[in-house]
Amino acid sequence: MAGVVEVGLGRRTRRWLAAWAWVVFAFLYVPIVVLVVFSFNSSSRVNIWGGFSLGWYGEALSNEVIISAVRVSLIVAFVSTVVSVVLGTAVALALDRYRFRGRRTLDGTVYLPIVIPDITMAVMLLVFFAEAFKLIDSFGPRLTLGISTVALSHIAFNISFVCVVVRARLDQFDRTLEEAARDLYASAWETFRRVTLPLIMPGIAAGGLLALTLSLDDVVISAFVSGPGSTTLPVYVFSSIRRGVTPELNAISTLMLAASIALVLGSLALQRRRASASQQTQVL
Amino acid sequence: MQPARRPRAGTGSSGEAAAAQAKRRQGMLLASPGALYLLIFFVVPLALISVYSFATRTSTGRTSLSGWNVESYEAIGDDIILGIIGRSAWLATLTTALCLAVGYPFAYYLATRPRHVRAILLVLVMIPFWTNGLVRVFAIRFLLGSNGPASALSESLGFGTFRILFTPTAVTIGMVYSFLTLMVLPLYVALERMDWSLTEAARDLYAGGSKAFWKVTLPLTKSGIVAGSVLVFVPSFGSYVVPDILGGAKTLLIGSYIARQFRDARNWPLGAALSVLLIAAMLIAVALNQRSGSGAEGGDRRRARRRGRAADEAEPVTAAV
Repeated sequence: MAGVVEVGLGRRTRRWLAAWAWVVFAFLYVPIVVLVVFSFNSSSRVNIWGGFSLGWYGEALSNEVIISAVRVSLIVAFVSTVVSVVLGTAVALALDRYRFRGRRTLDGTVYLPIVIPDITMAVMLLVFFAEAFKLIDSFGPRLTLGISTVALSHIAFNISFVCVVVRARLDQFDRTLEEAARDLYASAWETFRRVTLPLIMPGIAAGGLLALTLSLDDVVISAFVSGPGSTTLPVYVFSSIRRGVTPELNAISTLMLAASIALVLGSLALQRRRASASQQTQVL
Repeated sequence: MQPARRPRAGTGSSGEAAAAQAKRRQGMLLASPGALYLLIFFVVPLALISVYSFATRTSTGRTSLSGWNVESYEAIGDDIILGIIGRSAWLATLTTALCLAVGYPFAYYLATRPRHVRAILLVLVMIPFWTNGLVRVFAIRFLLGSNGPASALSESLGFGTFRILFTPTAVTIGMVYSFLTLMVLPLYVALERMDWSLTEAARDLYAGGSKAFWKVTLPLTKSGIVAGSVLVFVPSFGSYVVPDILGGAKTLLIGSYIARQFRDARNWPLGAALSVLLIAAMLIAVALNQRSGSGAEGGDRRRARRRGRAADEAEPVTAAV
């Protein structure tokens, strides 16, 4: 079914479909393009084009608050991605190939953070930290919301996403490859290290990329569990938008946009290279 | 915590039992760090919020964990709150319907392209999907603002300025814009996998184009329609960022209302009760989707794609690229 599927639609219907598709693409892209174009506007009034300028970028990048927010976002994204990739992959492996007590409960629970709305996850964690701090503070230390509570919260939802992605990969796994390795006297660890891990690596990488993106994207949960000085970039942008639209916000948004597009294209390129590499090895 | 090994009849089977047990232990060991993390940072918070929903709000706005009652749940029966829930449900339904109406022909077009064109078009669909959600809502806010580019354009064309920002219309546009891809992807998968020879057979048996579509194609892609609808409905119903940025006082939705209880209003028990309700509603929606899913594989896929980018996120794209 490689070619165009002729499904017996009339010529007119087919033309309408094509036109519609391009209308939808325009709907998806026009707002983003307009935003990017106006980030280069030299005028400080948002609706008047005053000529090309990089001034708002300069302004945004010299803003201490923004730089600190970027740093917080990157630290949280890095930490939560690394931790959730390790924990999520382990859970995925355990669920896929072992039978143990509590397996079904875990299987059901691991999907919940994906399903429930951000706002409920946010208030749940807020209440949790409030209670946990009350408990811990009674032993002496005075804990407050900060960068660590943001990271802990991001790990909580990222584990589930990594687990789901890695499991999808494990579903397609050819177990005979592992058996072959064992038959050739590889130890369990060697089999895992040299056979299993390389084969599920694309799944782990995809899960990690997803975790990274979700962490960098999150506004709602971060807004509730961050404290003063631990504002992430999306939280900063969110609260700025509420105060009003400025060209500086366009510039920051464009930079965030560029970063996420670079991530997607980078990962696509990586997948492609890996795909062609595996084809080559198959030929050999 | 290892149960005593029971002696078995044959040495072979006792060896096997020991091996099986070792394997069980290994599995538990592997799962336990992640499971423990979820227990502490997800299950306990979930339990806490349920407990809070039965707590009392003191006059200072603190939450007193004594004197358990169901007042917060009774308060939900209040006209204002029922109105907010009704509005949220209505806007989420409208968003879902619009996404379906916009997304189905779009997905149909994508799925019927030649393979290499499909790959490129899919990447074009995925790019906005992967870009920062907040930035995309901001783009709509910027575009629709009363002194924004869209208004300036309509003014220069002689239609006058328009004010749709801070109205339910703006919120609906923003939600469709944010969640459209969540509808398109499952529809695309369903259409791409469809056995078109069935539609052709209908045509051969003299069904008209539209009849073949309504009687054959549409029912065959029902799984995609249901999955896409759940994927769009769930985040729209609990949406907080979109109505907060694009909506005004008249479009207070349940997500914002919950947030408000935990911030300014300081009525945590009420916010907790509403959260419990929201979680329950989402779980019911997802369970219904699961049940209507035909075949375990379809169910797994859908579960995987829930809230969008999850799971075989890469699958349709890499399969095509």
